[in-house]
Amino acid sequence: MSSPSPPPSESFKFSMLLSDTRYRGMSLQVITFIIFMAVFFWLVDNTIKNLALLDKDVSFNFLWLRAGYDINQRLIPYSSDSTHGMAALVGILNTLLVAFVGCIIATVLGLFVGILRLSKNWIVAKLMSAYIEGFRNVPVLLWIVMVFALLTEFTSAPRAFKGAEPEATMVFFESVAITNRGTYLPAPVLEEGAYWLLLCFGLSIVAGIYFLRYANKKKKDTGKSLPTFWISAAVIVLPTFILFFAMGQPVSLEYPYLKGFNFKDGIHLRNSFLALTLALAFYTSAFIAEIVRAGIMAVSKGQSEAAASLGLRPNKIMRLIILPQALRIIVPPLISNYLNLTKNSSLAIAVGYMDVRGTLGGITLNQTGRELESMLLLMGFYLAVSLLISSFINYFNRSFQIVVR
Amino acid sequence: MTKIAFVREKEIPPSAPPITEVGIIGWLSQNLFSSWLNSILTVLSVYFIVIMLWDFIPWAYGGHWNTKSLRECLDLDPDVACFSVLAARWKQLLFGLYPSEEYWRPTLTFIFLLLAAVPILFPKFFRFFWFSIIYPGLAVWLLWGGSFWSISIVYIGLTVGTLLFLSLIRRYLKNYIIAAILAFFFTAVFFLFIYNPLVVLLNGILPISLPFVESLKMGGFTLSLIVGVTGIVASFPIGILLALGRQSNLPVIKMICVGFIEFIRGVPLITLLFVASVLLNYFLPPGTNFDIVLRVVIMVTLFSAAYMAEVIRGGLAGLPLGQHEASASLGLTYWQSQRLIIMPQALKISIPGIVNTFIGLFKDTTLVSIISLRDPVGLASTIRADQKWNGIYWELYVAIGLMFFIFCWGMSQYSQYLERKLKTDK
Repeated sequence: MSSPSPPPSESFKFSMLLSDTRYRGMSLQVITFIIFMAVFFWLVDNTIKNLALLDKDVSFNFLWLRAGYDINQRLIPYSSDSTHGMAALVGILNTLLVAFVGCIIATVLGLFVGILRLSKNWIVAKLMSAYIEGFRNVPVLLWIVMVFALLTEFTSAPRAFKGAEPEATMVFFESVAITNRGTYLPAPVLEEGAYWLLLCFGLSIVAGIYFLRYANKKKKDTGKSLPTFWISAAVIVLPTFILFFAMGQPVSLEYPYLKGFNFKDGIHLRNSFLALTLALAFYTSAFIAEIVRAGIMAVSKGQSEAAASLGLRPNKIMRLIILPQALRIIVPPLISNYLNLTKNSSLAIAVGYMDVRGTLGGITLNQTGRELESMLLLMGFYLAVSLLISSFINYFNRSFQIVVR
Repeated sequence: MTKIAFVREKEIPPSAPPITEVGIIGWLSQNLFSSWLNSILTVLSVYFIVIMLWDFIPWAYGGHWNTKSLRECLDLDPDVACFSVLAARWKQLLFGLYPSEEYWRPTLTFIFLLLAAVPILFPKFFRFFWFSIIYPGLAVWLLWGGSFWSISIVYIGLTVGTLLFLSLIRRYLKNYIIAAILAFFFTAVFFLFIYNPLVVLLNGILPISLPFVESLKMGGFTLSLIVGVTGIVASFPIGILLALGRQSNLPVIKMICVGFIEFIRGVPLITLLFVASVLLNYFLPPGTNFDIVLRVVIMVTLFSAAYMAEVIRGGLAGLPLGQHEASASLGLTYWQSQRLIIMPQALKISIPGIVNTFIGLFKDTTLVSIISLRDPVGLASTIRADQKWNGIYWELYVAIGLMFFIFCWGMSQYSQYLERKLKTDK
């Protein structure tokens, strides 16, 4: 029996760096890294040279200078004497406002459309797929300008509401005025004691949550279930309702009214805001509807049949079996669609809504000539939002995904 | 013995189903009026459809096509559409500011585009794939014009480089990296030293050229298609590479890919387009100024490549681990197993996502109007700024929307066809 020959002694050859799998990965990475750094330094070097040629420096001091322009849509106090930084903040809040309202409308509409599309009713299902295809296959920018045109061209001017026999009337019991300058809604006015009402409402919600926990525990221990929906609804609504009348109705509505050629008081929603929010919400809802449909269809039929054979009622099958599994599929793309909506809100410029791109990346950029700094801040803002959201998605995936191998 | 009074000797023929279960009535009662809720929904939907069509059909059907201005339309009949704006400006919507005597060039490019797409879309015609390969060069030459040779020599250089790479691998080296470096080196030498003299020489011998059209003249759907199609074609391979890089176990490459993907996906396309139009001059050597359409195409490509990478990564993650292990145990190298085992399956899973990215990219081409290029949406505002058509909205928007709808809807229909065709299970 021959003894196994010793492994041939290898001497390191330079060509092994590229051909031997032990070193190849490493050398490939070194090459990539060198190229990457070279390109990076080339770009930085070019930037420095260009800035020197233009006699510019990189400084963020402009954020503390007087802005000198007005923003008609704002959530915090701001005037043309405020700083550029303040203008950027106003823009950021406006972006977040559109994103927030848009996401809520889009989710509600999307759920509605997605579920109706699965309806057995032929005409409803077709109508919903027409809605989805229509909104998904036409650019969102076109939808934004179209909704804006609809709001400004097909509504009456405030003066049409004037006179004994006006051409236009307010809708919803004389409380909402839709004009070509925007929509006026009644505004809630908090009088003395209203904060107690809010506090009471908050406490009732907490109480409702505790009640649900109690009911759940009782069901696990004894097997008896309480009529949780009605009791929790009563716990949440009744105390606030009683307190509202007991304290003499401390919250009232302030209705918009016509004064001169314009409406006064109430909440003024500008057409730019409405058009942007509604168009983004419609557009995104079409995507959400598809996600909802796919999520529900992805739960295999065996699941609901198995649940039924265990003796669960249809609503419990939906709540305990189908929804948890469908949500696992629905939530991550849903959130990334929220993110898309937020990013698409940067199209605000098409209708003149002052979001962060319009203030920081628009007028501020043009006035100060600080393109580099403004764009850096702008991208930083969007990046921060999106990283925040995608880290949430990752967290969700980690905690709810089925574990395989 | 009991007497059996009656025994049926013949089987009763099956009676026809009740009239409420078959035919139109059956279909109606099953699909539209199966329950109270359903009936209400049906009535509401029908009401909605009737209301929409009631307004839309007379508006569209009676539309004016031959007036000179919106005022004339309104004088004739204010309640119907004024499609005259389309009749007057359709050339602009399709071609932008392209010189009118050269309209045949974008038209021909478009027809060739359809022809070049056929071998890619339908494998039956794969033998015509050579046309798809030469199409990009042909399109660039037709659209921008200039010397024929300056583009065909590029093709020759790239072809020789590729052939060199392939033959190096097959015959001598068996090492992708060294072959790639050598082939790249050769191609670089070709373009640095041989390209220019060769073009000048060939131009001297046989001048074939078209009048040059500058990029700012491109507009309308021609521009949308230029940006969209180039972006789609280029973002696909880049997306695959990025997805592989993100899955790679080489940390440096993985980090670069993750950073790139997350950065691009984190910012809106508009900001990237602004970078392209405003900031790019800062990053390039002083004095460089390259074509705005090219800049936009690069940005749109990078943008959708990042999304593509994520879609393909989803497909890769959807593959069972056993596929990787099985291909490795067969002794396939990394690239072989990617090419033969992993990618075909991963790409198949991700078809819907890939096509959605394509559709998204094509729709996003409208954003170039915000950096004042003349795509259809930008042209719509230009046309409305004209005194004659001031105040026109729907006719233009409906026409533009319809064009986009046709393209995007066509793409999504194709993806469904592809999914059905590639379905191997069941």
